[in-house]
Amino acid sequence: MLSEEHAALRATVEEFARKEVAPVIADLYEHDTFPYALVAKMGAMGLFGLPFPEEYGGMGGDYFALCLALEELARVDSSVAITLEDSVSLGAMPIFRYGTGEQKQRWLPELCTGQRLGAFGLTEPGGGSDAGATRTTARCEGDEWVINGSKAFITNSGTDVTSVVTVTAITGVSGGRKEISTIMVPAGHPGFTVSANYSKVGWRCSDTRGLFFDDCRVPLSNLLGERGRGYAQFLAILDEGRIAIAALGVGLAQGCIDECVSYAQQRHAFGHAIGSYQAIQFKIADMETRAHAARLTYYHAAERMLRGEPFKKEAAIAKLVSSNAAMDNARDATQVFGGYGFMNEYPVARFYRDAKVLEIGEGTSEVQRILIARHLGVG
Amino acid sequence: MNIVVLIKQVPDTWSARTLADSDHTLDRASADVVLDEINERAVEEALKIKEADGGEVTVVTMGPQRAADAVRKALSMGADKAVHLSDEGLHGSCAVQTAKALATVIGTLGDVDLIIAGNEATDGTVGAIAAMVADVLGLPDLTHARKVTVEGRTVTVERETDDAITVLRADLPAVISVNEKINEPRYPSFKGIMAAKKKPVATLSLADAGIERIAVGLATATSTVIESTPRPPRLAGQVVTDEGDGAAKLAEYLIGQKLI
Ligand SMILES: Cc1cc2nc3c(=O)[nH]c(=O)nc-3n(C[C@H](O)[C@H](O)[C@H](O)COP(=O)(O)OP(=O)(O)OC[C@H]3O[C@@H](n4cnc5c(N)ncnc54)[C@H](O)[C@@H]3O)c2cc1C
Ligand SMILES: Cc1cc2nc3c(=O)[nH]c(=O)nc-3n(C[C@H](O)[C@H](O)[C@H](O)COP(=O)(O)OP(=O)(O)OC[C@H]3O[C@@H](n4cnc5c(N)ncnc54)[C@H](O)[C@@H]3O)c2cc1C
Repeated sequence: MLSEEHAALRATVEEFARKEVAPVIADLYEHDTFPYALVAKMGAMGLFGLPFPEEYGGMGGDYFALCLALEELARVDSSVAITLEDSVSLGAMPIFRYGTGEQKQRWLPELCTGQRLGAFGLTEPGGGSDAGATRTTARCEGDEWVINGSKAFITNSGTDVTSVVTVTAITGVSGGRKEISTIMVPAGHPGFTVSANYSKVGWRCSDTRGLFFDDCRVPLSNLLGERGRGYAQFLAILDEGRIAIAALGVGLAQGCIDECVSYAQQRHAFGHAIGSYQAIQFKIADMETRAHAARLTYYHAAERMLRGEPFKKEAAIAKLVSSNAAMDNARDATQVFGGYGFMNEYPVARFYRDAKVLEIGEGTSEVQRILIARHLGVG
Repeated sequence: MNIVVLIKQVPDTWSARTLADSDHTLDRASADVVLDEINERAVEEALKIKEADGGEVTVVTMGPQRAADAVRKALSMGADKAVHLSDEGLHGSCAVQTAKALATVIGTLGDVDLIIAGNEATDGTVGAIAAMVADVLGLPDLTHARKVTVEGRTVTVERETDDAITVLRADLPAVISVNEKINEPRYPSFKGIMAAKKKPVATLSLADAGIERIAVGLATATSTVIESTPRPPRLAGQVVTDEGDGAAKLAEYLIGQKLI
């Protein structure tokens, strides 16, 4: 059961997605256009500040509130949802969790308004799952870090309103092991450039780019958290992020159901609404079952997280179950829509294209299985 | 500035809306209900005036218990407090009774500078409550505003009708009604949603508000609905096949419909 406030938030974002996102998103998607106007509106209603305290311009809510908002957005469109998810849980959250008072005052207020976006650069061209294989380096020279290397597939990194990208880099070797730290690099900083937006299969309105660092110098004070703790820090951030991605997957899975329920009643074949055929009914029943079950997994993981209990395994399960549900529902929804389902102008086609990346980003499905098995003491 | 906004909960225009078989009143129980969008705009305008000039925004509604949700939404947007007139005896009230009851409630609120209503509710579509309330209270009435400016003790509105745009000015206190061009209402933030829980809501019965039972309700309504027929389903469109004379046929059709 949702609390009264969480229910009211969910209803508000549902209304926003239906009235503001749905009418414009197909066109933006078709033209690979970043949804600046929608992001501004989401900012105005406080979505980017949801889990942060009011002293930093936040809404004083919690991570679960963010997840509910993501689910409702993704029910209509995943590009706007991932833009929010990434800026809040990968851009702003590490600063909130590990930043000094000064860093928080500097960056969080503008990120909470949504007028500026944050990004997190971990993945490199040479590897994402094996984050320990990071090759980007930051060497200490006087009172500066000098960063060299590159990152791949970084969300929100090159929009007109990107303010800061937090990147992981090797800052030395200690005890024979690479020491990984996280460093904040302001957008447009000398020595830091981004590639053109990738042409993606889905999430066409979101901004995803490669990052290049060529003797990029930032003050030592841009170190986020402890030196050498970068690896542990982003593992913790990713655990939370998985709950958020799970919420996004549930939203997509639910959006498929919303579309199919109305279409199955309208569309006729062989003299009857297609919804009168058991084959279609069962598909929709299965879709509902998957979305419901997946929703419970992310509610549960979020609940554990907010209670301060360990939630690593639950978050991995939530992400695995939800991304499966999103993929399966998108495939079934496209089938229910027949030929129209293959036409880009139909929401289910967008869902089909957007679902796949849920099995890849913020830890692939294989990585989730590795985490779950490891938790059980296997491997 | 003490601003009162008259808000109404109405059946969602997205859901099926029906009249009750028994007394032809709106079947409010079986429909999904929302805060009327025109009233979101009225609240937004009040908040803008408050943000510029300071003051307090009170929302007033007359409606069944579940209208508390509409009140909550207005408070989440940023209104400061609410009065909710709710009593079984109000069922079936006509526009005149509604206006008198609302005026009575407004009368209990002390000095009020500005009263803002929607120009027309999406359910009743009477489009007269603002004027009636102004009449009962003996206040100037500036309706169909697409723009409102408050300067000192005067309010100026751009009144928009099909025929013209008129600029009206009146001394405060005054009653205004707004149209759908007035502004884009904000969505409540989570902070607003949480704050709304702590804001004062006075729920009044007829007795609490000092309204006589006989003054309201279906039995003494100045008008009653005696019959209703659902609008016939929309007919399939007419297809014009272009055989070289397509434009002429289209024009003929549009002239037939008195559209051109
Ligand atoms: C649209 C998009 C946005 C993204 N945004 C960001 C971002 O903002 N920030 C960021 O840092 N990254 C981002 N990523 C990167 C994403 O997190 C990585 O793509 C992902 O972690 C996988 O890494 P990889 O692509 O290098 O695949 P690899 O690690 O090369 O994996 C290739 C395949 O091998 C499998 N595999 C790898 N290791 C094992 C193993 N031990 N056992 C079994 N199977 C294994 C993987 O599951 C996968 O199927 C984004 C990616 C996309 C597509
Ligand atoms: C099916 C149906 C039939 C009706 N038939 C009749 C009839 O025959 N005769 C008759 O006189 N009335 C009739 N009514 C009107 C009904 O009683 C109205 O709800 C009420 O009189 C107000 O009219 P309205 O909402 O259309 O007002 P409008 O004048 O269209 O509303 C304008 C604004 O006034 C304010 N307002 C209106 N009602 C309230 C309220 N309850 N609380 C707070 N603010 C409010 C809001 O700001 C609203 O935007 C009927 C209503 C319905 C739904």
